Amino acid sequence: MATPTMDKAEAAGTPEPGFADTPYITATFRIRRFNPEVSDQSEWEDFEVLIDPKERVLDALHKIKWELDGTLTFRRSCAHGVCGSDAMRINGKNRLACKTLIKDLNPDKPITIEAIKGLTVLKDLVVDMDPFFQAYRDVMPFLITKGNEPTRERLQSAEDRERFDDTTKCILCAACTSSCPVFWNDGQYFGPAAIVNAHRFIFDSRDEGGEQRLEILNDKDGVWRCRTTFNCTDACPRGIEVTKAIQEVKRALITRRF
Amino acid sequence: MKIHKYDTVIVGAGGAGMRAAIESTKRSRTAVLTKLYPTRSHTGAAQGGMAAALANVEEDNWEWHTFDTIKGGDYLVDQDAAEILAKEAIDAVLDLEKMGLPFNRTPAGEIDQRRFGGHSRNHGEAPVRRACYAADRTGHMILQTLYQNCVKEGVEFFNEFYVLDQLLVEEDGVKKSAGVVAYELATGEIHVFQSKSVIYASGGTGKFFKVTSNAHTLTGDGQAACYRRGLPLEDMEFFQFHPTGIWRMGILLTEGARGEGGILRNKDGERFMEKYAPVMKDLASRDVVSRSIYTEIREGRGCGPEGDHVYLDLTHLPPEQLDAKLPDITEFARTYLGIEPYTDPIPIQPTAHYAMGGIPTNVQGEVLSDNTTVVPGLYAAGEVACVSVHGANRLGTNSLLDINVFGKRSGIAAAEYAHKTEYIELPENPAAMVEAQIERLRNSTGTERVATIRLELQECMDANVMVFRTEQTIKTAVEKIAELRERYLNVSIQDKGRRFNTDLLEAVELGNLLDLAEVMATSALARKESRGGHYREDYPNRDDVNFMRHTMAYREVADDGTESIRLDYKPVVQTRYQPMERKY
Ligand SMILES: Cc1cc2nc3c(=O)[nH]c(=O)nc-3n(C[C@H](O)[C@H](O)[C@H](O)COP(=O)(O)OP(=O)(O)OC[C@H]3O[C@@H](n4cnc5c(N)ncnc54)[C@H](O)[C@@H]3O)c2cc1C
Ligand code: SF4
Ligand code: FES
Repeated sequence: MATPTMDKAEAAGTPEPGFADTPYITATFRIRRFNPEVSDQSEWEDFEVLIDPKERVLDALHKIKWELDGTLTFRRSCAHGVCGSDAMRINGKNRLACKTLIKDLNPDKPITIEAIKGLTVLKDLVVDMDPFFQAYRDVMPFLITKGNEPTRERLQSAEDRERFDDTTKCILCAACTSSCPVFWNDGQYFGPAAIVNAHRFIFDSRDEGGEQRLEILNDKDGVWRCRTTFNCTDACPRGIEVTKAIQEVKRALITRRF
Repeated sequence: MKIHKYDTVIVGAGGAGMRAAIESTKRSRTAVLTKLYPTRSHTGAAQGGMAAALANVEEDNWEWHTFDTIKGGDYLVDQDAAEILAKEAIDAVLDLEKMGLPFNRTPAGEIDQRRFGGHSRNHGEAPVRRACYAADRTGHMILQTLYQNCVKEGVEFFNEFYVLDQLLVEEDGVKKSAGVVAYELATGEIHVFQSKSVIYASGGTGKFFKVTSNAHTLTGDGQAACYRRGLPLEDMEFFQFHPTGIWRMGILLTEGARGEGGILRNKDGERFMEKYAPVMKDLASRDVVSRSIYTEIREGRGCGPEGDHVYLDLTHLPPEQLDAKLPDITEFARTYLGIEPYTDPIPIQPTAHYAMGGIPTNVQGEVLSDNTTVVPGLYAAGEVACVSVHGANRLGTNSLLDINVFGKRSGIAAAEYAHKTEYIELPENPAAMVEAQIERLRNSTGTERVATIRLELQECMDANVMVFRTEQTIKTAVEKIAELRERYLNVSIQDKGRRFNTDLLEAVELGNLLDLAEVMATSALARKESRGGHYREDYPNRDDVNFMRHTMAYREVADDGTESIRLDYKPVVQTRYQPMERKY
């Protein structure tokens, strides 16, 4: 994934490489609020926050929750892009709040934040993740082997290990699935994340469950629904080439070679 | 209030909880209660590796690993437990590989291994390659692999259920576990889980520090629930400060970076670890390196305009090596600091990382109510527990190992116990304490705010009980914590609803942090020596005569309701290793 780095030229003159000390700015966060205990309508609410633009959107959400409005509700845990809790729609794009710096969002204009699409919103930025995890479970996301277990480790060459490296990085954040227009229209579609996790095993040289898994993905709600819009690849905070993985699964279905 | 009945209840779905669940689900009807979706657990943040003397790349054996663990822990390690850890490490790694974990491989196709701090060949001769790893995503792969196998085994999860109380019932003069009380985030409903056995696997408590590698959710809930019910906490003064956290943010940059050849430098570019640890240099144990960094900073050799950090230098390593072995941490530097690690050194400072102390257990994971008595039906494993395999300082890669070895052991032991025993009758009004706590917070009209108290606590802990401690600083902390606990009684929250009330739960979590911070500071004050992660400038030496013993802290409540902490001590189990001076 492209990560913001500063130009060498820009960095010259600062005492250290990296972000120069920046003054605080006042940024407006326009957040789509929803709490069925209060109203069955959602509405946008603006919050002004004095903040260092090098900070994360998650830091801004915390500032709002901790200093302005304790009812603002979102999920988060690790705060550095590894747990997958805080995928949300920021300025119309799916991202992790903890991996998005305010300075990269054009903070002169209000920054919009809303829940990811295609999953039921339960409160503010919190959605119902159960259908997402159900699709994941449906693709048999575990190593399937036959015969007796070896006493030591199974051998795998470095190349065979590399073959599925990209899809092992998934943190199940749902940014891809909830950016997919097919999924928005039809929640029955497995969605990119489930296919990514099937890919992770289909292309693992140790796995012997490929046929079974491919049959599942051959289903009418399976891999053929993908229309290759690349939204998923753009959304993935782990830089996984999601669309490519889906294409590889499609190809494996046609050739039955993987 | 809803009541559920299970043979075994597991609190937490990180590495320890899920490793236990895989075993106990096969053997007993098991429920896993977790405040996060399993794959959100902080085990997923672990980077560098998991230790096991596989000897895949060079000569190694579990006895050397045992020795390193004991020495690394500054001899406060229970040696019988360390031996189990090192011996069972080999199967623990092989189990994970068989479950599907995608380890990095050697040219021969075996699991690859790399160097890590404090792990040595032949009792300290030279660094050894013992850490099994998957790039710098080892914890992520462990967490995913265990979750995948939980799906395979049909493990039953209750996601976003917060366990807030441990039910203990006295039968024939013995305290026994009857179950737990949990709060459901989605609905605000309270659930009582009656069970024959309970396993705590609820992780660490780093959030009482400000600069920390720990997740926002690591608030010591399990430790606090047991402590409040009169069970002791062991060795809470021992907390590990990892040398390389991203400056000011605390995000971890794995020790694997130094294992791959990374070097620490001060503002003059000097490789200062050569002065402090001539043999192991940058790979000396963590407490040693963290103190060395602060010594450099204090003596004016820190970097940056404020001289408040040092550099982790990876610029001499080939970019391909960084991409292959350290992809995530180099990306952290780019994302959060705007630094290109290929060409620029990364500013770092020590970050609060790991709780060596916790709920005392024996090697089966059974929780102790004093130095020797087991609480029937109660187990703990992982960072929440203190076995004690880490003593005064945990070696890198030994915690991912610990959660697998003792997660598995406690999962088996708890399920087998559930088989041979009957349910214990629940106490009357089992949810009374939790209901009262929730109602008090929901209805409070006090003027204090959770975020303010939490920040004051974190700043106080960073300033006073971090890498360097003295009588004076610890006393300052004890007083401040007492003041904050007083003020906590007066906090109110803004969200009064039932649905996804994270405002309320942050208040509950703060209560836990305050209790545990008090235990930590009080235990640290009494330990007038320096050992491992606990360094007292006023007592700079280890004192084996008076302090070769574990601290056991108990909460006492007087008849008039005043609370206090009673400290007691427990002997260290020593088998074949005699304490020596620790040199790296
Ligand atoms: C950044 C980082 C890097 C690390 N790298 C390494 C490494 O390379 N090698 C190594 O050996 N160790 C490493 N460690 C240490 C190691 O990762 C942890 O100690 C270990 O993963 C802890 O696992 P656990 O299962 O005990 O807890 P966690 O994985 O933290 O899981 C805790 C679980 O408890 C649940 N929980 C918490 N409170 C409650 C409650 N009240 N009710 C219900 N559920 C609850 C949570 O939902 C979660 O599922 C690292 C740690 C960090 C922070
Ligand atoms: S593939 Fe990427 S975007 Fe999709 S769930 Fe996994 S990490 Fe998230
Ligand atoms: S909080 Fe963990 S990914 Fe953002």
